[in-house]
Amino acid sequence: MCTVVPISLTVGANRIVPTVAIPHPLGNPALPLEEEQEIRRKLLDKALKALTTEVSEQTVFE
Amino acid sequence: MAKFRVVHYINQFFAQVGGEEKADHRPESREGFVGPGMAFNAAFGDKAEIVGTVICGDSYFNENLETATKEVLGLISSFKPDLVIAGPAFNAGRYGMACGTVAAAVERELDIPAITGMYKENPGVDSFKKDIYIIETKNSAAGMRDAVKVMAPFALKLAAGEEIGASVEEGYIPNGIRVNFFEEKRGSERAVDMLLAKLAGKPFTTEFPMPDFDRVEPKPAIVDISKATIALVTSGGIVPKGNPDRIESSSASKYGKYDIEGVFDLTESTYETAHGGYDPVYANLDADRVLPVDILREYEKDGKIGKLHRYFYSTTGNGTAVASAKAYAAAIGKELVADGVDAVILTST
Amino acid sequence: MKLELGNIFIHDIQFDDLSRVENGVLYINEEELREHLLEDENISSVSFDIAKPGESVRIMPVKDVIEPRVKVEGRGGVFPGVISKVDTVGSGRTNVLKGAAVVTTGTIVGFQEGIIDMSGPGADYTPFSKLNNLVVICEPVEGLKQHAHEKAVRFAGLKAAAYLGRLAKDLEADEVESFETPSLIESFRQYPDLPRVAYVQMLQTQGLLHDTYVYGVDMKQSITTMLYPTELMDGAIISGNCVSACDKNTTYHHLNNPVIRDLYARHGKELNFVGMIITNENVYLADKERSSDWSAKLAEFLGVDGVIISQEGFGNPDTDLIMNCKKIEAKGIKTVIITDEYAGRDGASQSLADADISANAVVTGGNANMVVNLPPMEKVIGHVKLADTIAGGFDGSLQPDGSIVVELQAITGATNELGFNRLSAR
Repeated sequence: MCTVVPISLTVGANRIVPTVAIPHPLGNPALPLEEEQEIRRKLLDKALKALTTEVSEQTVFE
Repeated sequence: MAKFRVVHYINQFFAQVGGEEKADHRPESREGFVGPGMAFNAAFGDKAEIVGTVICGDSYFNENLETATKEVLGLISSFKPDLVIAGPAFNAGRYGMACGTVAAAVERELDIPAITGMYKENPGVDSFKKDIYIIETKNSAAGMRDAVKVMAPFALKLAAGEEIGASVEEGYIPNGIRVNFFEEKRGSERAVDMLLAKLAGKPFTTEFPMPDFDRVEPKPAIVDISKATIALVTSGGIVPKGNPDRIESSSASKYGKYDIEGVFDLTESTYETAHGGYDPVYANLDADRVLPVDILREYEKDGKIGKLHRYFYSTTGNGTAVASAKAYAAAIGKELVADGVDAVILTST
Repeated sequence: MKLELGNIFIHDIQFDDLSRVENGVLYINEEELREHLLEDENISSVSFDIAKPGESVRIMPVKDVIEPRVKVEGRGGVFPGVISKVDTVGSGRTNVLKGAAVVTTGTIVGFQEGIIDMSGPGADYTPFSKLNNLVVICEPVEGLKQHAHEKAVRFAGLKAAAYLGRLAKDLEADEVESFETPSLIESFRQYPDLPRVAYVQMLQTQGLLHDTYVYGVDMKQSITTMLYPTELMDGAIISGNCVSACDKNTTYHHLNNPVIRDLYARHGKELNFVGMIITNENVYLADKERSSDWSAKLAEFLGVDGVIISQEGFGNPDTDLIMNCKKIEAKGIKTVIITDEYAGRDGASQSLADADISANAVVTGGNANMVVNLPPMEKVIGHVKLADTIAGGFDGSLQPDGSIVVELQAITGATNELGFNRLSAR
């Protein structure tokens, strides 16, 4: 899970989930905690989906 | 100080045994220098002396690689050298492979410094540039004088254990090890020079060739995530408050392993980031923004995932060398496999 | 736009009752300057020290280095939008106290900021060892948050530099340099046959201690834009960043940007230096894409044949660098990029976090992971205990004898990516 997807692609990660921002990949300090946690859930759901999806090459789970 | 004892390795051609028809010449040794060794000996002055020369035909060497290497090493070590010079091989392919094999074996098995010289397109260059210093030469024996001028002093430096400078300073073919040095001109002026050359279609040499990154095969998907044990690993530097392992803010020399049994939320008073490469304020206030323990605990409780692994692993990715990161990943991976972890969520900043 | 720089050479700094410049000596009335800086209610105390070339002195942790300058003729004042009112600078005449600098130090966050050694092996790596430095040591009022603390120290440095610069207002310069950039059309008329070249400067904009300001605007809130190169010489761009100090641009670097100087040096002879583009290095991927799109678009709009792109920092900004390079090359414009390397202490690792085949002309400022041994100094200005936690330091960096074993990245300006130094790597 990373913000700078191009680096992950360059270095060879196979399952990539784009995140929010470098200092807070799984959160957004501008939002109240409940909304932040909702962002976190959505991103982690994508990560779980990535882990349960067969891939044959580098894949970005937008 | 006593002179360094040098052994010179050359092929049948430079030993004047003969040309292609003598390429099956078996390894032999002679006292003192032979052929191009004279020029090396002269260049060494009173600092070193060629005490012996080992000669082998290029075909014999390449067709009997293992035995020939053993034979040549035996002959070399019998002279008890402090330093070995092979070639230079210029653009001769089989000779280049032989010189590279001999020099690398001398360093590896006899623990004696060894160098060779080759033209940059010699196939021996790609095979051996990471193992030994290969001085760049012209593509034919006409470049012998120039080659000796660079190889002899470099060899002496190596034998004396002096610090070896950057490839452009010393004349060896870049070996992938980046070495700092001071250029004549400052960087901005070099950039203007390089741009003018590029615009005019003239040759220029980049100071850093783009790296190749390795690739790994994707792993199969997790069949049932609700039964899976998932571990968290991060390069975002999340550590227990106070950074107990003192993980560096940049160029980390280690990673940390932290027990989160019974931890349901990372708070301002319990966790922080050691990372010096991003604004730490947000992670310090709530480290779940980098390492999502809170939500994964919720998923664990709801049965959405099997289990959140008891430990998380953390390092700072900031300015940390790829080789270090690889080593940490190998060590962490081994433990995770041993602990029966099924999947890893890796967060980066 | 045309700017003259009047250089007044300074070879010594001394404390004295009256602040003035006389025969190349900069005299400073400490009390007067202290009072001026204490006007900021966020600063509880200010003290000063002097560090000269060759002295056994270590300054750490260094936040910024600033060259004293003053506007003599033309619009605006130095550091517009920050110290002076917003007005377009970069024309007329500016006097410079050449050879002097203000160095700010103070503890802002645990890991931060750089080291300047005035002598010994460390001095070879930082350009600031060759200057006569007035060191400003600021302590914040209790409880001040990091962002406010950073700002207070940043302003203190700029105010001190502006104060010293004002001493040069009526002085006759020892040397006058002249720089001019005409309009696009005019420059094309003047040099129709020369290759047209622009400079793309990337500015670090990643948050606390990683920010840069342009006319007072936090550059992360701006999209890619253009400046006249002479605007930088009046302080249009100032530094708010110093972590991993080796490749962060101090305000001194911006004032004396070497790419600008070296392009002007060839202007009208071998190339036509038409102007410059400034862009940022933000923490959001969408910003990176947008800003690099704009760099390429503006380079195309300027109709240039080639650009030099300079980076600031490393890691995720390597992606901004590669995006800028790739997108500008895709417009048919030739590029040279200036970066530095993180190849590991043994030099054996990949040096950049991102790469592309179009980046085939690279200038490097050296491997920042190289370990250097800085011997003990007779005097340390600042907080030596921080050696273990500043970026580039590691547990045990500070030796019992006072020497420091650190990576080059802890030394202010060591692997500068504007190409300020001669250090390189192969």
